[in-house]
Amino acid sequence: MSRTRSQEDRRQALAGWLFVSPALLGLIVFLVVPIVLALYVSFTNWDGLSNPLGGDVKWVGLHNYQQLLTHDGLTRTTFAGALRNNFWFVLFVVPTQTALALWLAVLVNNKYLRGRGFFRTAFYFPSITSSIAITLVFLFLFQGGGAVNGILNWFGVKGPNWLADPRGVVHVWLSGIGVSKPPGWTRHSVMGQSVWDWFSGPSIAMMVIIILVIWTTAGTFMLMFLAALQNVNEDLYEAGELDGAGGWQRFRYITLPSLRPTLLLVLTLGLIGTWQVFDQIYLTGNNPATRTPAFMSFDQSFQNNHFGIGSAIAFLLFALIMGLTLLQRRLIPEEID
Amino acid sequence: MAAVRERRSPSRRVLMYVALALFALLFLGPFVIQIATSFKTDPDATNHPLNIVPHPATLESWKRIFGYSTDQPVPFGTWLRNSIIVATSITLLRVFLDSLAGYALARLRFPGRRAVFMLILGTLAVPNVVLLIPRFLVLKELSLYNSYAGMILPIAMDAAGIFLMRGFFMQVPQSIEEAARIDGAGAFRTYWDIALPLVKPGLITLTILSFQGSWNEFSFFLVATSDPKYDTLTTGLAKFSGGSLGSGNQFPVTLGAALLSTIPVAILFFIFQRQIVRSQMSSGVKG
Repeated sequence: MSRTRSQEDRRQALAGWLFVSPALLGLIVFLVVPIVLALYVSFTNWDGLSNPLGGDVKWVGLHNYQQLLTHDGLTRTTFAGALRNNFWFVLFVVPTQTALALWLAVLVNNKYLRGRGFFRTAFYFPSITSSIAITLVFLFLFQGGGAVNGILNWFGVKGPNWLADPRGVVHVWLSGIGVSKPPGWTRHSVMGQSVWDWFSGPSIAMMVIIILVIWTTAGTFMLMFLAALQNVNEDLYEAGELDGAGGWQRFRYITLPSLRPTLLLVLTLGLIGTWQVFDQIYLTGNNPATRTPAFMSFDQSFQNNHFGIGSAIAFLLFALIMGLTLLQRRLIPEEID
Repeated sequence: MAAVRERRSPSRRVLMYVALALFALLFLGPFVIQIATSFKTDPDATNHPLNIVPHPATLESWKRIFGYSTDQPVPFGTWLRNSIIVATSITLLRVFLDSLAGYALARLRFPGRRAVFMLILGTLAVPNVVLLIPRFLVLKELSLYNSYAGMILPIAMDAAGIFLMRGFFMQVPQSIEEAARIDGAGAFRTYWDIALPLVKPGLITLTILSFQGSWNEFSFFLVATSDPKYDTLTTGLAKFSGGSLGSGNQFPVTLGAALLSTIPVAILFFIFQRQIVRSQMSSGVKG
């Protein structure tokens, strides 16, 4: 018995390794090795043409990272601008898409709602389309004389020339209340950008991408909230009802706490996704008003042959995403309690 | 619960339906405009973007898309063919390799299983954008740049899919496989003949998610190829709208081609709607 047992163990061990090795090999060759290679490239001046491991590639140490973070110059100014654009993008998209997805989920979770299936499908449908196809539609809708401005016209609002407008919305709003020149203290420069510029808000061009991304991701997150809502114990609502809790109170003290794990997941996925925004940015062209670090990494590498700088941006972005995700995991649970 | 709903005032219910209808319009409206625009002339599209009825209605952009026009044909056929080749290959490979690995992690005891599991878990944490340059580097090193193999192999397996399949296999009662094993079936026979048919919902879910994902993939194909011969619907469309072919905005053609590229995933979506909704509700594969 013990012999057949160990024989069976050996057979299982062999089969186990045989089964996982194709996938494992793929992940190692196309994921683990490449990342190590790219990390190496981020310390070199590789131009994308020669062999990156060959002799004519120069090791430059931290030079690329310094160009991006500490040295005065065009690279740092461009990188700071991209960081600023992406920061405002995340700040506008993540809370809005989360709130909208949650609100839609609560609405379509109503058992007595007619046409629930239709509404769920309608809200989810944009999520299945390719980012390229749908961005092209939005570029059409948001042209200067496009459909969106046409609708704004009905309400007597003259819409901006969306994609061509580099003004930040905070600056626009400030000039609306009479602050059109930067106050003296905001001229102080951080990473080659003035404080005034850092606080510009997303550009009007970026607002198009913000609206687009909220519109395409709200449906996916709505489904995740919907799944969680269906697991909320209904007895709790009845108990809350008996205690005289109103609609908002029931949402605040029963629904929201039960949704905490999903909320955390949606916020984390949102954060990871928004810091990587690329496809939509690519289609708006190499525009300083919408440029993000992910696009700059691509642009530096594949258009300018500065693979060292491009890789360094990718790893800084990696570090940023990891850092923020960990930070969020620490902060969120307390906040909701 | 019923009592709660019934006490809701009628005006609040009307308000809810109005809000829902407004949002449905917001979510579907752009597609309606897209369809209408594809039947418009360039000037009509530019001057009356909001009109749902094309005036005059024309099939010109559809003729260009399908190659029936001598006026700057769009290489839509090439893009479509490449998208089909690449998305189908990636999907087939992923379903096979992910389920094979998922089965081993769920069912087979082998030394190093924990380490393999942790490694796969770790790869999930790497953002896609970080992989653009690394993957380009490896494709160059392996001489796979500008080839179908180079577009397919690097994304032919994914950690999320392995986890999805592992979860499905763990739900299968172990006793069913043990019976097969006592009858002398090897590990692969047990996996293929016994376990696989039992996780059909998982296989369908993975098939849809993989197809949708690889059909819509853009950035990876952008860095894996430069030859227009390998353009897919996404890279082809993106370059086209960037003005590489012809002049002007050509919105009717662009939006028509974009519409066509959406149709396959839309069909898949409507056939397997329930499955997709359930899978999306339980996972977070598409961020």
